[in-house]
Amino acid sequence: MRIKAMLEKELRPVELEVEDISYQHAGHAGVRGSDDRETHFNVKVVSEEFEGKSLVKRHRLIYGLLQDELQSGLHALSIEAKTPSEIGSL
Amino acid sequence: MQEHIAATGKVPPGNESGNTTRNKVVAFIKGSRTAPLCGFSQRVVSILESQGVDYESVDVLYEDYTFGLRETLKKYSNWPSFPQIFVNGELMGGCDILTSKHEKGELAGFFKQ
Repeated sequence: MRIKAMLEKELRPVELEVEDISYQHAGHAGVRGSDDRETHFNVKVVSEEFEGKSLVKRHRLIYGLLQDELQSGLHALSIEAKTPSEIGSL
Repeated sequence: MQEHIAATGKVPPGNESGNTTRNKVVAFIKGSRTAPLCGFSQRVVSILESQGVDYESVDVLYEDYTFGLRETLKKYSNWPSFPQIFVNGELMGGCDILTSKHEKGELAGFFKQ
């Protein structure tokens, strides 16, 4: 799946989860005309790339990588972006 | 950014927070603060209300007053979705970031400066 592949390639994450939750938002305001699929995703990324970056910068980084998706139907992302040190060692 | 703040000074009735002076905190949401039209916007409103934040809310779906605002703001903020929360003219982020700061207890100090 494109989102996962792109994030894996560019962020080399320690942890990555991508979940399509479009069904939870089907029909809500601002999504007129879209499919009920691939419009809303939960993304959880743990990557060293986020080290030293504010939350806004991390989210923008992710949005930047997914520009194409956002142009073609992707409507919203719920993002959890952490660094390995933030999640603590296993 | 000033244009947006200036524009939000003229928010339509029902969206005003009771004062039209430039607010430190502006939330661009879907729907109004009393009737948000998406779950993310609703969460943002509920967090801001629970913190007693004095904020301005702008309904980006109310096209009569905010025609073209959605697309313009997406480009300006380099942020593809709503809600968007601005503090002192700077994008703080969307629902996730607000929620995350709220859970970490970072908001109380943040908004009361």
